[in-house]
Amino acid sequence: MLRSMSKCLTFVRCALVVAAALLVLTGGPAVAAQDQPPQPQDEFVPVGNSPAPEQIPAAPLLIGAYIVVLGGLFFYVLSLSRRLGAVQQDVQRLEGELKRRGRA
Amino acid sequence: MPKWFSPTAILCGLMFVVSPVLIARSPDESAMGMVYKIYYYHMPSAWMFLLAPLVCGVSSALFLARGRAEDDRRAWAAAELTVLFGALTLITGPLWARRAWGTWWVWDARLTSSLVGWMIGWAYLILRRYGGPGSDKLAAGVALFGAVNVPFIFISVNYWRTIHPPTTVVPKLPVSMGVPLWFCVTAFLLLFILLMTMRLRLEVARTRLDALYVALDE
Repeated sequence: MLRSMSKCLTFVRCALVVAAALLVLTGGPAVAAQDQPPQPQDEFVPVGNSPAPEQIPAAPLLIGAYIVVLGGLFFYVLSLSRRLGAVQQDVQRLEGELKRRGRA
Repeated sequence: MPKWFSPTAILCGLMFVVSPVLIARSPDESAMGMVYKIYYYHMPSAWMFLLAPLVCGVSSALFLARGRAEDDRRAWAAAELTVLFGALTLITGPLWARRAWGTWWVWDARLTSSLVGWMIGWAYLILRRYGGPGSDKLAAGVALFGAVNVPFIFISVNYWRTIHPPTTVVPKLPVSMGVPLWFCVTAFLLLFILLMTMRLRLEVARTRLDALYVALDE
């Protein structure tokens, strides 16, 4: 009985040592900390005198965003004007045809 | 076009010309730097992207209840604006996120629900284009789902874990950042009204054209 208990305790002790070794080797807490997503900003603060560090160049993204918005809006207005112009032209043509038929 | 259309269009155009000056003069954000300035066009686009499906959904509900053609026309016009402003929001957002978060996209509640809302707008337009007879009522049903999705998009950043800034950043903005933002919001709202008016005009002209073809056939 005592012998089997001692065997069991030895096994538990070995398992704990292996688990601790694995935790240290794999850097468990560090990995867990890295898995945490960055926290969202709950406030936008204007920059002071020191410029913010730039890892990814911001200018192409900023200019690209403004080109997309202004270009997208411009092309939509253009497409809408063309569609409207074409339909109004057809309406006028058909109205003229109806009038001619009415006279005939 | 109505009498107010041309003066409003001129005012809106001027606001879009002036807005880059105001944006350039506004300060950079302390954590994100210059790329933060995408916000001045991204946020108004996103608000119009929320407004359009609401207009579409309410108009569709009215159309289903009353069966009036003008409600249906308003819904169709708003669905097209949902797709337009949704595209602008979903393109400018990742451009901002690339610099601010280091990634183009995350599948969080805000971005995913926005994408779903945009696809509902597309579904409405595809149904109207290829759905055949009766597609107006089917599309109206789809538009109701689009409208129900709007409050979910809006509150998602406050209730679910995300790296997207919550809605509370807007009231906390200092004057130097708030003035350009509200200026751009006004410009986008005027543009939304102008585009809705133009798009409705197109639908009215199409209805008139259909009636003329029928009259010619008789």
